[in-house]
Amino acid sequence: MTTDLRPVPPPTEPSLQPEAKVLERQSFSPAGSRRRVGPAMVLRWLLLLVFSLAFAYPLVWLVSASLKPKSQVFDNKLVPETVQWSNFLEVWNAGPVLRWLLNSGMVSLMAALAVTFSSAFVAFGFAYFRFRLRGPLFGLVLATMMLPGAVTMIPVYLIWHQVGLVDTQVPLWAGNLFGSAFYIFLMRQFFLGIPRELFEAARIDGCSHFGLFRRIALPLCRPALIIVFIFELQASWSDLLKPLIYLQTEEYFTMPRGLKQVIDGFALSGEYHWEIAMAATLVATVPMIVVFAFGQRYFMEGLATTAKQG
Amino acid sequence: MASRGLLQRREARSAYLFIAPWIIGFLVFTAGPMVASLWLSFTDYSLVDPAHSVGVANYQQLLDDPRVAKSLANTFVYAALFVPLGTVVALALAMLLQKVGRASGFFRTVFYLPVMTPAVAAGAMFLLLLNGQRGLVNQVLGWFGINGPDWTTDPAWLKPSLAVVSLWTVGGSIIIYLAALNNVPRQLYEAALLDGAGPVRRFVSVTLPMISGALFFTIITHTIAAMQMFDQAYTMFYGPQQKATASDESLVYMVYLFQNAFEFFKMGFASAMAWLLFVIILVITVIQVRVGNRFVYYEGGSTR
Repeated sequence: MTTDLRPVPPPTEPSLQPEAKVLERQSFSPAGSRRRVGPAMVLRWLLLLVFSLAFAYPLVWLVSASLKPKSQVFDNKLVPETVQWSNFLEVWNAGPVLRWLLNSGMVSLMAALAVTFSSAFVAFGFAYFRFRLRGPLFGLVLATMMLPGAVTMIPVYLIWHQVGLVDTQVPLWAGNLFGSAFYIFLMRQFFLGIPRELFEAARIDGCSHFGLFRRIALPLCRPALIIVFIFELQASWSDLLKPLIYLQTEEYFTMPRGLKQVIDGFALSGEYHWEIAMAATLVATVPMIVVFAFGQRYFMEGLATTAKQG
Repeated sequence: MASRGLLQRREARSAYLFIAPWIIGFLVFTAGPMVASLWLSFTDYSLVDPAHSVGVANYQQLLDDPRVAKSLANTFVYAALFVPLGTVVALALAMLLQKVGRASGFFRTVFYLPVMTPAVAAGAMFLLLLNGQRGLVNQVLGWFGINGPDWTTDPAWLKPSLAVVSLWTVGGSIIIYLAALNNVPRQLYEAALLDGAGPVRRFVSVTLPMISGALFFTIITHTIAAMQMFDQAYTMFYGPQQKATASDESLVYMVYLFQNAFEFFKMGFASAMAWLLFVIILVITVIQVRVGNRFVYYEGGSTR
């Protein structure tokens, strides 16, 4: 159980700026070929364009498919021949969609807030203090990353069952109040990058340990907090397994759980109304696209950091 | 000396206060449930009736139930398709992105957008895109004279179609590899050039070792995730409408485990399945770490 996955990497700087530059940096081109437009460059751009099309087309097509009438959903065209706005009205009638969206928003917000602050709190404990069990306990934190969720899934369900919170949204986020191994690991790396003198100076000025965390560590690592928040927001929004396990009442469904019901009820059975299923799919996806539009920088920086830590 | 000891004790007390949330969470949501799960795996617990000890019957059933072996095999096939393909595709795209300057920002956005798509949504979209008769994928294949398979209905093509959906969401790896590639010191390439190394040699002897840490990390995490794949498979092939018609070829391990636990309420058996999965993931990861340590280059020398 104590197999640690990775060697402990060197601390990273608390500011994420260098990472961003790393991504932007013009890379070295051999033989001094300074942006010469050769066949290699043309091929590179061609391949990139083809692949971008493959990655982007399904999403663009989704918008179009959600507006097509039933007879045209399968025509693969980018622009619908007939635009049928009523698909979204059908989605509206297919279930309490607004509730599902609000539920998902609420659950993922709670999940992300809870995991961000609890993980930062715990990570600070592992970063700043030196205590006897630090090594073994941190090893245990890392080891839990390897434990498949399936092992604890059933007993954890029984706990929530016991306290009468099955078929509420509490089990979908409450576990996040206790920190999450990967985020603890990530936040700890950021905290380790803060010069220790800063903390020592604050201690001399009479700052409490909690003050060190709140007034120095947290403000300096704001980008890291946002990274953790935004990654968990996305993960929580997307999850299907937990809502399937815990939610039975339609009113409490999250958006993916509701979407699954719409797909099952409209597209995979009955009269095969794929256009309604696609409209619902779009409704479930758009909020995450919006999140990405605002938080893109943090997604990229978070992943770049992961590359360094790996 | 005495005051120093006091100070240290106070520090330790604060330290444990900070990590207390994790310790509580670990005991309540990890360690406790692990013990409970192990115990459950030796019972016939079904949520309604009290648990009776059944000895190793559940573990015996792991061997006897052909669907356990089938679902495990399916999961391995899916992982064996997706993990290598995903790694190669992501690395290739990252290398292409390396030399396009400012435009890389645009491409990164495009490659990452699918990652933001909820798994249920991606699964639903690809049920249409991969449709055997009229889906876009087969239409494109048709332009090249390839007669595409019935991805979503032909039992032989269910796992490849799951892998295709996962491939669509490799954007995260692309970004990770791009960052790793850009971290390779350019002097190394210059030195390799001076030594007369060609592009292939430079890739094998400079690029690969220098990004091996990132490769290793993504391969391990992708393998662990692939062994636990659920959302897409369940969205595309399972649910109330499909129980009767679903082919066992798309039954991945977590779907069967979920069905046993929360549809058939065989919680003891499902717990035994969970432990088998844990052992399998543990073995795979240990092998990967062993093999990886032989190849992975860590900056600043060996850290193990």
